[in-house]
Amino acid sequence: MTILDFNKLSLRDINKTLQGSDKNSFFSIRNPKGSHALAVGINKQITVKVVGSVGYYCAGMNKFSDIKVEGSAGPGLGENMMSGNIHVTGDVSQYAGASGHGGSILVEGNASSRCGISMKGVDIIVKGNVGHMSAFMAQKGNLVIFGNAGHALGDSIYEANIYVAGEVASLGADCIEKKMTKKHLSKLENILSNANVSDYNLDTFRRFGSARSLYNFNVDNAKIY
Amino acid sequence: MCGIVGLYAKKENISSNLGLHLSKMLESMSDRGPDSAGLAIFGKPIAKRAKIMVQSQSPEDDFQKLKKFLSTKKEISFSFETHSTHAVIKLDVKQKDKVINLINDTFPNLRILSVGKKMEIYKEVGRPAEVVKRFEIAKMKGSHGIGHTRMATESAVTTLGAHPFSTGEDQCLVHNGSLSNHNSLRRELMRKEMTFETENDSEVAASFITYRMNSGKTLKEALESALLELDGFYTFVVGTENGFGVLRDPIACKPAVLAETPDYVAFGSEYRALTSLPKIEKAKVWEPEPATVYFWGH
Repeated sequence: MTILDFNKLSLRDINKTLQGSDKNSFFSIRNPKGSHALAVGINKQITVKVVGSVGYYCAGMNKFSDIKVEGSAGPGLGENMMSGNIHVTGDVSQYAGASGHGGSILVEGNASSRCGISMKGVDIIVKGNVGHMSAFMAQKGNLVIFGNAGHALGDSIYEANIYVAGEVASLGADCIEKKMTKKHLSKLENILSNANVSDYNLDTFRRFGSARSLYNFNVDNAKIY
Repeated sequence: MCGIVGLYAKKENISSNLGLHLSKMLESMSDRGPDSAGLAIFGKPIAKRAKIMVQSQSPEDDFQKLKKFLSTKKEISFSFETHSTHAVIKLDVKQKDKVINLINDTFPNLRILSVGKKMEIYKEVGRPAEVVKRFEIAKMKGSHGIGHTRMATESAVTTLGAHPFSTGEDQCLVHNGSLSNHNSLRRELMRKEMTFETENDSEVAASFITYRMNSGKTLKEALESALLELDGFYTFVVGTENGFGVLRDPIACKPAVLAETPDYVAFGSEYRALTSLPKIEKAKVWEPEPATVYFWGH
């Protein structure tokens, strides 16, 4: 394990070391003190443990690597990630996992607004609550919420799945509750076990997705033009 | 962008170093706005005494004249402290209105930044590090304070365009965001006899809250009416005689982090602003909910 300490190294040096490291390396990052853009653009299988809270855009564009933050993360965690796993033990701020293509994000605390906005295949698991406009325009992937969801959940959603165990403040346009089928229960179980989450009761989850009524132009609107 | 900080002391160990903590917090937010910076510090009140903060572009000349002028008024007993471009006049609370009128009538170049028993506002063009050094903020003590560093968007980079904006006696506001209906609101408030110094949108928010409170609303009610009438993006931190309040608009795209320990409550635009505080690693840290009024008071 290599220790990279913000008290001795600059953000640029730390990111360079991470991006240029060999496959299967293990790093422990100390004293991040809310730094922005930490551990971004990694594209190989390495393990990064961050001891402390981070700022904006941590682990953005992640590919293959496992990144754990022992603390909280600011806005834009794992933005546009392609694969790999991100695990945050505290809370995350706005738009976590925005436009993520793949891999998984596990948040043990709460996520604030716009969690999983425009997600394109990433799996996001939030053990606490999510804020308003979460999964806005979500296209693919799964958003699993153990707590409550804020207003306008899944507004203008495409083919992503949302699973909520708590209360939903309100659903956004074209987002509806859907039947929880056996197929979806086993999918949900897979998502959770892949993320090493074990303490759950599948029966408490409800499923939400697209009513698909915004997919096509409504001919009744033609007279407006 | 813009960066906001706030610190509310629950214990003496924080209040005796309030200026130092706030200086570090504000400096850490320099990347969020390099144009101007300012702080409001709420110090210990002296019985029956009030403070008037005045600002001048040519302080040496203006403050000399003002001091001389006030000394000729035998009935006014006052003390006069200068801090760079700012001066604090401390005087009997009963003479406060008279002196304000005298300053406004006789010294058109001077601007009254704030009036109150506790609050002192310091703000200038420049980066936070320059501004806190200029006014020696690190030496100041107080029960609570708020600060702002500005990235100017819709109006000029001037001292008067810097935050905090006074919203009444011992009351002020800092703002991160931009209001879209500030021109129409300003016209409406001007018809109600409110006056404005700048074209700044945040000054309109400050004036809106002042007007509501002058009409008998509590701070909480005034902030709740802001949710209905202000259009745009905002995270506000409002300093009052007793503490500070926080409000975010319903969309809440402007960042905000709160932290609480047995010793203090702290606000920052980012977690970075809080990392210099004692025992921050043990604090309860969370993001304030949108459209929800928070307040801590002594």
